[in-house]
Amino acid sequence: MSGMVEKRGVGLWLTHAGLILGVLVIFFPIWLAFVASTVTQPEIVRPPMPLLPGDQFFENYREALVSGVNTPVARMLANSAVMALGIAFGKIAISLLSAFAIVYFRFPGRQLFFWLIFLTLMLPVEVRIVPTYEVVARFGMLNSYPGLIFPLIASATATFLFRQFFMTVPDELAEAARVDGARPMRFFWDILLPMSRTNIAALFVILFIYGWNQYLWPLLITTDPSMNTIVMGIKQMFPSGDDVADWPVIMATSLLAMLPPVLVVILMQKLFIRGLVDTEK
Amino acid sequence: MEKRVTFKGWLLPLLLVAPQLAVTAVFFFYPAGQAVWQSLFIPDPFGLRSQFVGLGNFEFLLGDSYYRASFVTTAVFSSLVTLVSMGAALCLAVLADRLIKGASTYRTLLIWPYAVAPAVAGVLWLFMFNTRVGVISWYLGLLGYDWNHVLNEGEAMGLVVVASAWGRVSYNFLFFLAGLQSIPRSVIEAAAIDGARFWTRFRTIVFPLLSPTTFFLLVVNIVYAFFETFGVIHTITSGGPQQATTILVYKVFADGFVGQDLGSSAAQSVILLIVVGTLTIIQFKYIERKVHY
Repeated sequence: MSGMVEKRGVGLWLTHAGLILGVLVIFFPIWLAFVASTVTQPEIVRPPMPLLPGDQFFENYREALVSGVNTPVARMLANSAVMALGIAFGKIAISLLSAFAIVYFRFPGRQLFFWLIFLTLMLPVEVRIVPTYEVVARFGMLNSYPGLIFPLIASATATFLFRQFFMTVPDELAEAARVDGARPMRFFWDILLPMSRTNIAALFVILFIYGWNQYLWPLLITTDPSMNTIVMGIKQMFPSGDDVADWPVIMATSLLAMLPPVLVVILMQKLFIRGLVDTEK
Repeated sequence: MEKRVTFKGWLLPLLLVAPQLAVTAVFFFYPAGQAVWQSLFIPDPFGLRSQFVGLGNFEFLLGDSYYRASFVTTAVFSSLVTLVSMGAALCLAVLADRLIKGASTYRTLLIWPYAVAPAVAGVLWLFMFNTRVGVISWYLGLLGYDWNHVLNEGEAMGLVVVASAWGRVSYNFLFFLAGLQSIPRSVIEAAAIDGARFWTRFRTIVFPLLSPTTFFLLVVNIVYAFFETFGVIHTITSGGPQQATTILVYKVFADGFVGQDLGSSAAQSVILLIVVGTLTIIQFKYIERKVHY
């Protein structure tokens, strides 16, 4: 029945060949980085480098994790984890509360608040870097986790997402809670929050990746190498001037930098796709 | 759209919105206001006092050949990133859509580069094309092509475009595949029965039905190329050679932090603000329209 447009025989093989070619092209940079992270520096600086892995895997990764170039990569991984988790949890927490207020209460200033939040959708941190930097500096939050986290949770995507979702929750539930004399926060904890589990998880996946992959902001405010995040720390591992970069360690660090978010995408694929569609549409 | 059932009280809801309001006020509205305010001043060389210049910073920027060049660079860069990443993604999605079995396997294999940070992608591509140790530049050399993105402006642009488009293919693939799979099979089969070959079916039926997805992706990818590719530029070219890859966001950073020209940097921020605002409004208008269909 469905045989009319699907290809068979040669056509089917060509389709697979095209897709496999695409997958290989996408994979190639990662493969090369992996190979580079398992060989010695002399093997790389005398091109062409080998295209199959060497035997220095443990040595290179241990050197990266334990000593790194300016800072042990283990330290940068920890900084990235704190930042990414802080952004994800922080944004979800404040957005759940304010979305609950907007949807389930009528209070003075509600419309104004709604529009103020709406405006934040329009301005990524890249656009207001200089004044935001000044604010953070004045609070003494340079080289600190709050300084890394707070400016990036000041946006409303999550609030809108939860608002949309709360609007679809049947009125009967709130009605029943009110008749039972349940206080608003009881309703929030016992009914609304459990119902939002999937939305929260999907958003968490997206926000974790967003936070982990930040570059410009950590670059500006972490001048102390021990506060560097891993994504911005890689560039700091390149020597200035004419020295040759320590490519095996840099490539090991690059792979470590992409591992957590890539694992999140692969292992939580369903939530990830749902989160993408939710946040963009 | 409003809820009919609500709770009573005004203190509790104000407490509930307070955290978001506080964070937004301090880290968003105040800095954004500062950007607008600073854009109207020129600080003296010692940073002690500023002189009000009205729209002087804007006039200067619009007359500045470097700034105009950066606008052109950004336009070229974001068009190319959008074109390359959407083109590749559409090809792959059309292929995957032809499969009865296995489309989801390819999806798993293709979506993860989305999670690779632009800055990390930049390092990976820099490594392949590095003038001293790069594998691809070495093999190009064997073929008699002397690759040097450090000196050659066109090659620098090509490299940052490919590095920025690479991870983006995943994202576009995901939306294109979803769009293709939502097209009713019966429509396509009817055309096939009428004798329309693959290319004809694609041009007259599939592509037009896909246009909402395509339009959405166009806007989202332009926003991405404008604002989220800073890491790629900073790791690979630092805006060079001769500012050939200095996109607008990079220039805000270079003038504000490296050059310490706060008035000009703030004015540039305001111009960018207008650009994002416009793009966001286009996107919302489009979503609104789609809801009515």
